Order: sequence, then structure tokens, then C-alpha cells
Amino acid sequence: MATRWFGAPVQRLEDPRLLRGKGTYVDDIELPQLLHAALLRSPHAHAKIANIDASAAMALPGVYLVLTAVDLGEVLEPSPLLVPHAALEQPRTQLPLALDEVRYVGEAVAMVVAESRYLAEDALDLIDVDYEPLPVVHSLDVATREDAPLVHADVPGNVAAHLVQQVGDPDAIFASAPHVLRESLLIDRGAAMPMECRGIVAQWDALEEKLTCWISTQAPIPIRNGLAAIFHLPEHKVRVVAPDVGGGFGTKIMMFYPEEILTPFAARLLGRPVKWIEDRREHFISANQERSQEHEVEYAFDEQGTLLAVRDRFLHDAGAYTPYGIIVPIITACTLPGPYRLRHYASEFTVLYTNKVPVSPYRGAGRPHAVFVMERVMDGIARELQLDRLEVRERNFIAPDEFPWDVGLVYQDGGPTKYDSGNYQAGLEKLKALLDYEHFHEQQASARAQGRYLGIGIGCYVEGTGIGPYEGALVSVESDGRVHATTGVTSQGQAHATTLAQIVAEQLGVAIQDVMVTTGDTHAFSWGVGTYASRSATVAGSAMHLAARKVREKAQQVAAELFEAAPEDIELAVGKVFVRDAPHRALTLGQVAISANPLRYAYGENARKLMGMKLAGPRPGPALPEERGAPGLEASAYYSPPHGSFASGVHGAIIEVDLTTGQVSFLKYAAVHDCGRLINPTIVEGQVHGGVAQGIGGAFYERLVYDETGQLSNASFMDYLLPTAAEVPPIVVDHVETPSPLNPLGVKGAGEAGVIPVAALFASAIDDALAPFGVRIREMPLHPCRLYELLQEARSQGK
Amino acid sequence: MHDQEETLAFTEECEVAVTVNGQRYERRVPVRMLLSDFLRHELRLTGTHVGCEHGVCGCCTVLLNGEAVRSCLMFAVQANNLFLTTIEGMAGTQSELHPIQQAFMEKHGLQCGFCTPGVIMSVHSLLHENPDPTDEEIREGLSGNICRCTGYQNIVEAVKLAAERLRPEEVE
Amino acid sequence: MKPPRFRYCAPRILDDALLLLEQQGDETKILAGGQSLVPLLNMRLAAPANLLDINRLAELNYIQPEDGYLALGATVRQCQAEHSPLIQERHPLLIEAIWHIGHMQIRNRGTIVGSLAHADPAAELPALLTCLEGSLLLQKSSGERLLPVEAFFHGYLETALEAGEMVVEARFPWVDPRAGWAFQEFARRSGDFALVGAAAVLTPAEDGTCQKARIAYAGVAGAPVRAWEVERQLEGQPMHEQTLSLAAEAAREVVGADMNDIHATVEYRRVLTAELTRRVLAAAWARRRM
Repeated sequence: MATRWFGAPVQRLEDPRLLRGKGTYVDDIELPQLLHAALLRSPHAHAKIANIDASAAMALPGVYLVLTAVDLGEVLEPSPLLVPHAALEQPRTQLPLALDEVRYVGEAVAMVVAESRYLAEDALDLIDVDYEPLPVVHSLDVATREDAPLVHADVPGNVAAHLVQQVGDPDAIFASAPHVLRESLLIDRGAAMPMECRGIVAQWDALEEKLTCWISTQAPIPIRNGLAAIFHLPEHKVRVVAPDVGGGFGTKIMMFYPEEILTPFAARLLGRPVKWIEDRREHFISANQERSQEHEVEYAFDEQGTLLAVRDRFLHDAGAYTPYGIIVPIITACTLPGPYRLRHYASEFTVLYTNKVPVSPYRGAGRPHAVFVMERVMDGIARELQLDRLEVRERNFIAPDEFPWDVGLVYQDGGPTKYDSGNYQAGLEKLKALLDYEHFHEQQASARAQGRYLGIGIGCYVEGTGIGPYEGALVSVESDGRVHATTGVTSQGQAHATTLAQIVAEQLGVAIQDVMVTTGDTHAFSWGVGTYASRSATVAGSAMHLAARKVREKAQQVAAELFEAAPEDIELAVGKVFVRDAPHRALTLGQVAISANPLRYAYGENARKLMGMKLAGPRPGPALPEERGAPGLEASAYYSPPHGSFASGVHGAIIEVDLTTGQVSFLKYAAVHDCGRLINPTIVEGQVHGGVAQGIGGAFYERLVYDETGQLSNASFMDYLLPTAAEVPPIVVDHVETPSPLNPLGVKGAGEAGVIPVAALFASAIDDALAPFGVRIREMPLHPCRLYELLQEARSQGK
Repeated sequence: MHDQEETLAFTEECEVAVTVNGQRYERRVPVRMLLSDFLRHELRLTGTHVGCEHGVCGCCTVLLNGEAVRSCLMFAVQANNLFLTTIEGMAGTQSELHPIQQAFMEKHGLQCGFCTPGVIMSVHSLLHENPDPTDEEIREGLSGNICRCTGYQNIVEAVKLAAERLRPEEVE
Repeated sequence: MKPPRFRYCAPRILDDALLLLEQQGDETKILAGGQSLVPLLNMRLAAPANLLDINRLAELNYIQPEDGYLALGATVRQCQAEHSPLIQERHPLLIEAIWHIGHMQIRNRGTIVGSLAHADPAAELPALLTCLEGSLLLQKSSGERLLPVEAFFHGYLETALEAGEMVVEARFPWVDPRAGWAFQEFARRSGDFALVGAAAVLTPAEDGTCQKARIAYAGVAGAPVRAWEVERQLEGQPMHEQTLSLAAEAAREVVGADMNDIHATVEYRRVLTAELTRRVLAAAWARRRM
């Protein structure tokens, strides 16, 4: 009986290396003659650059190069707009170095290359920039004022984009609905904060005229393509490698960050390799951020709590540029309906420029905002009708037999927002059991009798995952029987080397330890897009499955000839290939690979043994028969989903609020997650855990605070509070497996899910705990001081 | 141990002799070189990572004379004549992982792996001081290391497993 | 985030260190545990010409019980004090305060005196020393002086230290064996600087009232604050609910009117201070010996 790899909670193949400190992150790469770069960044949120004097910096011993915008020649072009959209009427992207105006604190102004990073930073202190400060747009409030200063002088009203979408006839429903409520809801800025900051090492090989870049990125292939275009190089002369990457969470899917252009530019100019490693302070002011939106939501419902229609208008803070188009607000608009049967929905958003760090997706990418809004709506209905909050949700759930369910909106990838499968009630049932929901109210009542305020909160969500366009994979059996599998998606900790190996091992009947996975090296595999939108397992995993299946079929074909049997009677198991019912006469997979490659010379143990076996001789005719195609056991395959697959889940928590201090503690946290078939449950659970921790951060600890001059007030880990082990409670995870009909594996994405419902359920739990005072949470993230204020407000209104 | 020459003057460069993972290294370095940079770039022991350079994230945690410290908050010269252990010294060249490393592997206590070396050095120190920690003590002991991937769930489990396996040895 | 250029010396003898300070004290910063100074250097928020590393001054590495106080030399690390059986037995309040400092990795390197000399008003030890009415021994090559704690802290990161001078010893008075004591704080996360912290020592009278009260706060103003008014509300009173309420109310006033930051408004800090006062007093009183 063959071992099943798919679905097994196997240990990770990448761990021994990482645990020994033998990983290779970008800053671990050392090259002969390596120089080090540092960036001068704008201290102003908005200013004209009148003059830059870098002479003193250039004169500092050990400094090799000081670059300002004027030194960049034809490379001084705005970064490409990644995802254009018709509604994005005023796209603006950033120059690699600011020329005459800076639009956020942290915008790159000059680059120094020196013998060491220490010296490069010394030189930064010697660059004299003459700034003329301009009025600052530090918030959405300022951006929308009638007399607002303009972030871009040629963008009226700071409006980058405006998009209206509609499903059904919401106006008619609102006109006749029994109940209509309206609320303003706010989500403030946060950031991904991977533990490894960004970084790049660029090497120019003058002999081969070849550029190699190691970048801490989620998208090496698009960067390779872009660098080739920017530097007028053939694509095969540019190699981009994402080595071990210390977390990304979306912030590293953005391209081009200025340094990704400047560092290779400098390396080519100097003829020496150059390294730039972002430090944490830079990361705070120059790596993209997310989340800030202001929603005005109206919702209509009937006496039974059936949601009839939603009208949501929101403002989205883009920061100073829109390199990633309007992906985030589109996802918000499309995620809002969630698991509910919403047939009448009007969505309208305006994307505004502000003098802040640009916005591009951070884990969740617009979804936590949408779920916060929709789950507030569900709670609002329950409150208004005095119904149980879960009962309201259950009444509105799309039923299992209603799939596929077309929400009726155009999704971020231009395809339909069409739920492929789901079973929302099943997830909620599991969650109720995990939290002992039925008995919570007794617990709550007895706690209240002792002056303790407990609350339970639930958050349901549907997550678009696994979008196109496509990914590919190449699977190749080596002569020693080990399998090399490559794909274009990269790993930032998601364990691709393990899960993709499981997919391949399942097809080829080998141990996962014999599957070597290479990701993120454009010289190993150069087609594909990148790791984002919870799509690696779905899209690259499916491609890997298809490629491995082709290899299996070819192995069967080759072995069938050798054994003079029918291909369908050939089995692959435990590294062996044999005729079913005759496993004693087996070839190793490596021997089949050797046989599939009709060389005159074959080496190694496998080849020697092969020669001693009495197998069918070669057929007459070409050594490589036409039907066999290519030599060896190798195949590539591509997978392009018809549209995204929609994962779902429900999380819940029991919390306690300290009325005096506004401090909140988690007593219980449970998550039920449905990402279709599980490739490796342990890894999926790990993804959920990490997402929840980031969600807790985004609900109660992490908030980027900009002052009215556009300075980030908390640009350090002392003041931007990432949760530690002492703040994150134990998390219980359970699964529902509703296979996706869209891909051969039946899988859906899992990477972002954990973070998505946390803000929503946290708000719900606080409302519940503080129900005696009538507190209603309308903003995220909170912090103890703010919660204290909200409680005071509610108390004074109650009196 | 004492330095041969003891100059009583402020200088910009210094000789440094340190023992890292049992091996002695001697280098002449600028006095401002951080210990983290010294380990990573002078000694090429890149398992010690740098995540914030202001002493909060814990990625750069190493053992200095057996105690966990932030290597980004020390200058290399300050480690003169002292003994350091880094992640590379945990299992050394042995094929088997150290029990703490092994527990992290079995419990899926790491994802991207960037914070992991620092976490493991802290756990080593924690279990040395307290071989039988409660869950709360483990969480408190881990709170000087930020992990952005795991939500700490499996790290806590790994520490519990490692503690369990290390305990009998220490009793003997 | 690399430190700017500086020059460095790590003498082994105190007299040498003082001599260097005398010669170049104006442009010299003392490096002890470095857990506050090095981040400032890495961020280039401080750029001293010289760093005088005192970590090798073995003569200052002492934990010495004296008549009336515990003397801690300038190179005693926080973890060293934390693990000292002598301090565990004779000055547990100091241990309780140290537990609130940063994380294990910080305490393994940070020094007791360094934390005092850095004078961060949100730090634990300045508040504790203030509560205990302790003192600091300052030395320069021309001599030494003993400063009571209230004369030492001048404001945010500012002290009475003069150029050429260093703190060589901190003196933590013993707590009356009858007294109850506690150190508590509110912080956003485990190990963070206190939003508000408080140290309290309450000595009971024979009749069950509070004979003597000492309470001081961290995080409420530009320097640690001794709360005289709170003490006045307690002394001579029975420690019942009404006394605690009056003390808590009085404690609101110790919060400076400019103590607004991204984590806490003045009003919220006042609320926290009042609540912390109740909690720390209750905890301290519960530990008294009759």
C-alpha cells in the first residue's frame, strides 16, 4: 500500500536548515567586492526639493557613489502601474528617486553606496537637501475638504479613482424596507511588519552582460521581466532570486520599490555588487502599508432579520501613490457580501491620495475592512430586532445547495465574484461547539454578578483566493530517482518546499524527502506571477499536480515498454515502478528515468543495475520515439483557474473587558476554517494561527499614528505594538472541508484567512461585554485608552 | 584572561578576541561595529538575524557567557574575551538537532524561520533557568521575541515538548 | 540604523575611568548595560564623541548590605540583582520592580545604576528609588557626593550628573520588616515601559492603621514622582475602602498636564493612576506583618 502524502500532517522539509541557522536570507549573501547602499529619505510629508548638495557626502572616504534623481538618466521613470483599472482615472506612481517634490515622509531622495553600511549612513548625514515645505494631507478628512491641499497638483480633489458597482435594485428595496439603519465605520492604518525587512543584492556580470538580483520579494518573475525592460536587457540575461524570505504578508508583493531599481543601477554603474538592506526604521516609512478606510453603510432588513439590501460608500486612503492600482478597495467591495444571501447591493468607493506611505495589499488585503462592516451590519440587525446574533447570520447564510453563488460583482482579477462551494452553517455549528456557545450566556451572567464583563464575538467571512492568471511547474525525475520540482511562486514561510513535495510525491509514489522543490528562481522556472491572494497552493499546486501526473504517465509508458505490459497496469510506489501484481520485478523510478533518456552513456548505481536486468530491448526506429516527445521523465504544466475559489470560515472569541482600565483579555479563541481539501493540516493551522495573531494586533495593538504634519508618530517597535506570546491567547482550530470544484486538487487558499474576521469579532465581543452600557464599536483598531473613552461616552449618554 | 596591552585612551578601532561556539576568533574592528554585524559579516555566522536594531524584536538574541542578550545592543568590542553561543552552535556539526530545535520541527514552531534562531536562543536560556515552566511562564519567557508568522501557538507547544525531553537529563 | 562614529575605551580601574571623564567628560557618554543608549545610538539620536565603557570596572560589581540600605555598584546587572539570594531575601521589593523591566534579554545586560542614570521617567527603578527615599553616590576624580534621590532626577532623561561625574553606587534603603510593599504597573504589552507604574511601602501602626506610607510613580511626569498627597491621605488612617478611594483620587493629581501620547491621554493616565494606586496599596497592605 502506497503512503498517502496529500492530506498528511508531515513535518516540514525546510526546517532542519532553518533551525540550524543555515537559511539564506538576502542579507546573508556575501559577494567579493560587495558594497553597501543606504537611502536618504524625505523628512517632510510634502515639500518641493529646491536643491540637493551631495558634494560633502561624495568626498567622504569610502563613499563610491551618491545618486540623486538627475543621475538616473532614462531610468528616471515612474514605476509601472501594476494593475490598471478603468476607474483609476488618475494613477500616479513613484520615481526611483524624487526629482523636485516629495509626497511622504520616507520617500527616497538619494542613494549612497559605500564600503560599509556604517559609512553609507555617515554620508547620508552629509547630504544637504533644501526643502520647501508644502501643505500636508495627513488624513482622509483633510483629503476630502473643499479647500484641501493637493498631494499631486494635477489631481483635483485628491481623487485617484471612483468606482460604483451595483447588484439588483437596492434603491427600490430601501424605499420599501421595514427597517433601515445607517452607520459610519472606520478602519485605521496598519502594516504587515515581516520580521525580515526588505533587501536586495545586485550583481552585474560584465563578461556575460548578465544581471543577477537576490531580492526579498514575493514576485521575482515580474521583477525579472521589469528589470529587463528598464535596463534594456534580454530577459534571459536577468536572473532574479527570492532566497529564503523572512515573511512578506503582502508588503513584498509590491514592485517596483525604488531600491529594486536603484541597487542594480548602482551595481552596473560601479561594476561591483551592491547590497541594500532596509532597516526597521526605513521599513516603517518606506514599505507599503494598508487598511485605512471610512465606510458609510446603510442596510435594509425585514422583521425576521433577513438582510434585504446594503448600500456602502467608502473612502479609501491610497497614500501618496497608486502603484498597485485599486486592488484593495475592489476586494473590499467584493468581500463585503460575505457568506450572506445579499441580492441587492450598491457599492461606491473613492480612492484618495494622502501624504503618507503608499498602500498596497497587506494580508487580508481589503477583506478585514469589508468583514468588519458586514459583521457590524449583522450585529446591528440582531440588536435592532433583539435577536440572537448567530440566528441572524444563520437566516442569511447561503445554503450548501445554492452554489455556485454569483455575487454579481467583478472581482479584482476582472473575473466574476462567484463562490464555487461552501458550507457556512457547518462551520458555525463547529464553532458553537468549540466555544460552548449554548452555555456562554450563563457564564456571562454569573461573571456580571461578580462585576466582571465577559463578551462573545463571532466573525464570518468568505475569502476570494486562488485567482489567476496562471502558474506553472516543471517536474523532473533525476537519474538517482529523486525528483526536482520547480515553480514560479515563492515562499515566505508558507512551506512550499513541503506542500508542493507532497503533491508531487502523491503522484510519483516517492517519499517527500526525495522531492526537491525550487521556488523563486527565475533561472529555474521563469513563467508565473507570484505569491499573493492566497493562491500558491491552488494555482501553483494544481500546476504541480498536473506536471507530476504527466511525469507519472510517462513513467508508466516507458516502464510498460520495458516490462512488455500495458501502461495502465504499471504502478508507482515507494520509489519503485512495477507491473501491478508483480511488485517483485521492479525498477526504481531513477532507472525508469535513465531508460527514458536514450543516451550512449549512463552513469551511477542505477544505470549499472539496469544493464544487468533482463528487460525488453529498444524498439527499432528512432531512439526517442515521436509519441514520447522529450527525453527523460520530465514535464511541465500550467494551471489557469476559470476564476477565484472562495474559502470561508468563522472565528469566535470570549473576551473580558476591565471597565476601569479599558484593558481586554482573551479567555478563549476558536477558528473554523474551510479551504477545501487540506494538503497538510498542520501547515494550514499554522497559517490560521499567524493570521489570527496579526488580526489581534490589528484589532487592539497595531495602529500607525500620523500627526498633522504627516510624520509617523510610532515608527519603532517600542511604539508600534506587535503582539507577543504574552498577548496572543491559545487558539483552537478546526476545519470544514468543502472541496473546490474549480481545480484538480479541490483546494482553496489559506494564507490570509486567519486575519480576516478578527477585527469584526473583536468589535462584536466588546459590544456584547459592554451591552449593559450600550457601547457600539464603530472603529478599528482600538486600544485601552480609546475603549475607556468609548465606555465613558456610552455611560454619559446612558445617563 | 587579560589583554596584553591596556591603553588608557579613546580609540576608533580595537582588537577583539571572542570564543563563539567553542571556536576562538580574533579580529580588528571599528569600535562602533555592532556585535550582530560582527557575528554575521565578520565571522559569517549568519544564523543570527537582525530584525529591528533597537532591541525589541529579539531576532538577534545570542548567548553571552550562557545568558541570552540582544546582539544588536552590544558592540563587538564589548564581547572581548567573552564566550558566545549562536544558533550555529546549538547542534554544531552533529547530524541530530538539539532537542529544542527538534521540538520546533516536530511541533511546526517556525514558518519563515527569520525569528527562529533568536527564539531558540531565548528558549535555551529560559529552560536553563526554569526547566519546568508553566504555560504562562513560557509565554512570558517568549515575550522578548516577536514572531510574525506562527501566532506563537506552536512555539509554546515546542517549548513544552523540549522542556519535557530535556528535564530527565538535568535530573540525572 | 548603524551608530555614528565614536571613540571607545573600556578601562579596568575606576580611577582611570574618572581620569578619562575628567579630561573629556563634556563629550563622553558612559556605556553600562547599553540597553537604552545603544538604541539611541543606532537611531543616531545620540552622537557622543566618546563612549566610556564601564563594564570592566570589576570594583563596581558589588551587592553590599549596609546599615540602613542595600548598596549596588554601578555594574550590577538587573539579572544579577534578580538572582541574588541576598536581595531575594532582604529586598524582595527590588526584585518585584526588576521583574517589570523589559524582558529577560534586556535584564541580562541592563544595569541597575544605568537605568537610574538614564532617568527615563517611565522606567521602574527611578520610581522605586524615589519611593524608598534612596540615594546615589556620584564620583569624579576630584571627589564624591551623595545625592538624595529627589535631588538627582531633574526631568526627562535629565539628572544632577555633572560633566566628569558618574554614578558609582545606588543605595536602596531596606524596607521596614513590618511594612507591606508592592510594585505594579499598567503597560500595553508584557515588558513594555509602564503607561503608569507605582511602588508603595506601607508601614502599619500597632492599632492597625497605616503609620507611614511611601508611594512613587513612573510614567506620570517628566521624572519619577513621589506622591506626598497620597501618602498624607494614608498616614494615620485605617486602610479601608474610603481611605483607598481618597488616596486614589489624590493620585490623579500626580499626572502631569502634558502627559499625552499615542497610547494614553492625560485623563486616561489619571484614571489608570487612580486604579493602580488602589491595586498597589491593597497589594502592599496585604503583605504587611502585624
